[in-house]
Amino acid sequence: MVIKRKELDDGLVLLKEKLIEMGSRVEQSLSDAMQALQDVDADRARAIIAEDKKLNQLEESIDELGARMIATQQPVAKDLRRILIAFKMAGDLERMGDLSVDIAKVVVRLEGQKLIKPLIDLPRMAEIAGQMIHESIDSYVHENVNLACKMAQDDDQVDALFSEVIRDLFELMIENPSTITQAGLISFVGRYIERIADHATNIGESVVYLVTGKRPELNM
Amino acid sequence: MHQEGLSAKNLRVFYGEKEAIKGVSLDFAPREVTALIGPSGCGKSTFLRSLNRMNDTIDGVRTTGEIWMDGENINDPGVDVVLLRQKIGMVWQRPNPFHKSIYENIAFGPRYHGVRNKKELDAIVEDCLRKAALWDETKDRLHQSALALSGGQQQRLCIARSIAVKPKVILMDEPASALDPVSTAKVEELISELKQEYSIVIVTHNMHQAARVSDKTAFFYMGKVVEYDVTDKIFTNPSEKATDDYISGRFG
Repeated sequence: MVIKRKELDDGLVLLKEKLIEMGSRVEQSLSDAMQALQDVDADRARAIIAEDKKLNQLEESIDELGARMIATQQPVAKDLRRILIAFKMAGDLERMGDLSVDIAKVVVRLEGQKLIKPLIDLPRMAEIAGQMIHESIDSYVHENVNLACKMAQDDDQVDALFSEVIRDLFELMIENPSTITQAGLISFVGRYIERIADHATNIGESVVYLVTGKRPELNM
Repeated sequence: MHQEGLSAKNLRVFYGEKEAIKGVSLDFAPREVTALIGPSGCGKSTFLRSLNRMNDTIDGVRTTGEIWMDGENINDPGVDVVLLRQKIGMVWQRPNPFHKSIYENIAFGPRYHGVRNKKELDAIVEDCLRKAALWDETKDRLHQSALALSGGQQQRLCIARSIAVKPKVILMDEPASALDPVSTAKVEELISELKQEYSIVIVTHNMHQAARVSDKTAFFYMGKVVEYDVTDKIFTNPSEKATDDYISGRFG
């Protein structure tokens, strides 16, 4: 006989909706931050920083909802794993939001300056990282282990691009020391994007754990 | 060739024509608690009762297969069921103390099995009541009726009574389902104490109780064991979807 557990199921659906919302906000925040960087648009950057509050609230509400469900519904097995990964995913997404804010803060520091070079690899990195955010959430929604594991390869691409970005910036700084301050800031942006990709990879790991109960290591 | 402890091999139990247990094989390790879970009518209680041949007392029940206990197949016709039930004791869902004093409830079994010396009986009574965490509550009224005890105390008395005859295995059929939460917690604590010395096989409808008290869990469904594994594994990552659905309360 099949039994409905409405309270528990409703809670799990709500958790999922909140995580999807966090994912789309983070994706937007990263893409806005990169646009703001390319345009050196400090106002837009400030708006991104202000928006981050909502992500923090969502993370808190996921923590509270998950804790309440554990206390009142005694979930086990896959239900329990769903809640455990919701905590972890919310943490990863919140950190990604913070990293987008860090990019926006760089833009605020650059206010009034012209970029020392046209950005090519950095937007490419951000594009892959953004796609990783999207696909990691997709893999969660559809419990798609293959897509979740693909994060590892995408992450390698981001890491490789990051190395290029750093090498280019070093060359620039050696050629023209007056670029050092800005090149330093831009290399931080590269670092932030690289970290975002790591967190997306963590989400891939969470999805594999949800579906299989095993903990993979995708962040190599 | 058979290991220490209790072990069922291809056990089948029929109520008339109906096959209630359809070829179950399970090994119970010494000093471990095994929980048998499953929806009503899945056969878990029938299986439990077959482990000390309690089903013999029901008309029309036929059992095939083997149950090994210390190198002996307890289903052999020559087995003395009284001795068997001394080795494999049972605690029921409803506390069922004898209509006698607390002392006599414990002393009954050992006396039946030949202990006559008063001092020895006194020592057994105290030891069993201590093991059942009931001594402090009853030492001043050992000769009062056991029926004056609370339900939780009566159940712990029944557990004390079951260990008085020095069993190796204790079977428990929903031992806490008629008890309040505090008494339940005491019985559960007692189970973890007792497993230092005995194997315990417990049937429970309370999933969380199974998760709390047992080392291994067997999920029964329609007379078969669907999954048998370490309890931590069953409750975090069961291999079978049916197990997951059942313990999650989505099916049963």
